[in-house]
Amino acid sequence: MSQMNTLLEVSGVSVSFDGFKAINNLSFQIGPAELRAVIGPNGAGKTTFMDIVTGKTRPDEGRVLFGEKSVSLLAMSEAKIAQAGVGRKFQKPTVFEEQSVHENLMMALKAPRVWWSVLTFRPEAPDMARVQELADQVGLRDQLDRIAGELSHGQKQWLEIGMLLAQEPRLLLVDEPAAGMTPEEREHTTDLLVEAAKTRAVVVVEHDMEFVRRLNCKVTVLHEGSVLAEGGLDHVTANPDVIDVYLGR
Amino acid sequence: MRKSFIGQNPSILIFLLCLAAFTLAVSLLAEGFGIGVLSTSFIKTLGKTLCLCLVAIAMDLIWGYCGILSLGHFAFFGLGGYMIGMWLMYARTEIIVQNALAQGDIPPTAQEVIDGIGSQIFGVVGSSDFPVIWVFADSLVLQLLLVLVVPGVLALVFGWLAFRSRVAGVYLSILTQAMTLALALYLFQNDSGLRGNNGLSGLQNLPGVTAPQSVVSMWFFWASALALGAGYLVSAWVISGKFGSVIRGIRDNEARVRFLGYPVETFKLMLFTLTAMIAAIAGALYYPQAGIINPAEIAPIASIYLAVWVAIGGRGRLYGAVLGAAFVSLVSTWFTGGQAPDINLGFYTVQWVDWWQVILGISFVLVTLFAPKGIGGLFDLLKRESRS
Repeated sequence: MSQMNTLLEVSGVSVSFDGFKAINNLSFQIGPAELRAVIGPNGAGKTTFMDIVTGKTRPDEGRVLFGEKSVSLLAMSEAKIAQAGVGRKFQKPTVFEEQSVHENLMMALKAPRVWWSVLTFRPEAPDMARVQELADQVGLRDQLDRIAGELSHGQKQWLEIGMLLAQEPRLLLVDEPAAGMTPEEREHTTDLLVEAAKTRAVVVVEHDMEFVRRLNCKVTVLHEGSVLAEGGLDHVTANPDVIDVYLGR
Repeated sequence: MRKSFIGQNPSILIFLLCLAAFTLAVSLLAEGFGIGVLSTSFIKTLGKTLCLCLVAIAMDLIWGYCGILSLGHFAFFGLGGYMIGMWLMYARTEIIVQNALAQGDIPPTAQEVIDGIGSQIFGVVGSSDFPVIWVFADSLVLQLLLVLVVPGVLALVFGWLAFRSRVAGVYLSILTQAMTLALALYLFQNDSGLRGNNGLSGLQNLPGVTAPQSVVSMWFFWASALALGAGYLVSAWVISGKFGSVIRGIRDNEARVRFLGYPVETFKLMLFTLTAMIAAIAGALYYPQAGIINPAEIAPIASIYLAVWVAIGGRGRLYGAVLGAAFVSLVSTWFTGGQAPDINLGFYTVQWVDWWQVILGISFVLVTLFAPKGIGGLFDLLKRESRS
């Protein structure tokens, strides 16, 4: 049984928008504690791929199976998929700008999501400690009481990563985390992602080859909605098809 | 552990103290139990204003905090009024009919009494039979329950259909306008069972109560103040914790909340229903003070006014909604009640009854453009002043 080593299995997935095949017979697998970079030129289907896994877009065909029990994510709502353990970070930092860092993290913290539980929820000592710990982890310890909208771009990115970790997802989908970051911020972000991938699956969609090199992980190259190559970064960059797509036009 | 939610929000305590002081002052000045400086009709105006403040809180919860611009909350307000109005009218007519029939030689049968009530209430729309919806009208307890149940169920069904289909933004606003318009048009019909455009009247007379209106008006004033205080407290509690975080999150970035695993539609639906029920309670206290309810009360414009009050008072803060509703509705009463003197310009006479609408419209536009925080924003300025 190979499913023991597979957390997410996407197979034969296709989706088209107005006749344009954004994803074409895509297959993808990732293990329960693995870091993976997904690269590809613009329009390769990277974001659509994430949309499908998180339930925002329904594919025309194919299967998306998750977890030991191989539950299909296709019939589930975005909220249900998130509850099942899929976290997503958007390209633009999307935190709740009017609320404090503390409130942002508390909202993301793993806890029942049913409305009456949320309504009667009052934070206990362990919740407060967990928020503190997460803030430490993403370097926002001194910013807990600040309004998220006042944070710098990099801090917002980390806050969002912190919120993702707070959800305790089993699979983390991260869209271009290093965009717009200073070199030091990038380094911190790399550490966070590598650390996170020790206990869960992390998929990083990235344009920046230098950043991908630093992640030092298996790479999947997407092109025109399907997988063009897969393997180590040096292996895929040596692939003539990949060179064609990236350089040869 | 953090402080209790009142400890975190001192504005709650301040508001409740102000409300208590206001209630006490009015009680001392009124005819009913005080020195009689304030007339009974003015007490009724104040009591009604408190009810409008309560429905404004509901509007602020759904619009200011959750970002759903409902332009139909006055439908729930009106339905609450109709539900209590049915009992008031039935019970009072029952007493009148029984007294009238008691004049005869033979004691009346139960059926004669009911027929008498029926023809008294529905004669005006050319009928004497009780429609099915009046089946509980003889029971105060059941009608009080219906004050919550009928608007609650309507909000639940309407909201479920709308939110499930992910109708949002201006489309949802239009849909809520359509809902309140449809309800008003339906109630205008004579066979709607609620006396068509005549509405329900004589609601200021409590059945079996012989106390004068100067006293009854105080009872309703106190009840309205109590309801406003309780509504404020409940609303403040709802928005204080994680639930408040989530609904403000829905306002600012719905998709993100969804990817955090919160079922956004259910949260919207619950808040929509809760606010509909708060609006209904406000309506059930308002109309006995107004004395009459008819379908014109839930015309689409009423719900739009509600949004204007909240916008002028300051969205996203409960006391802002209260201030807006109180200020704008009182000023509006003054202008449209004929108390404001007309201005004769020689070639044209400015009649405030008409021109008030223009002023209101312009101030709404100005507030939206230049002071999005409304009157409540002034408190932020004061706070900043005192800090520096």
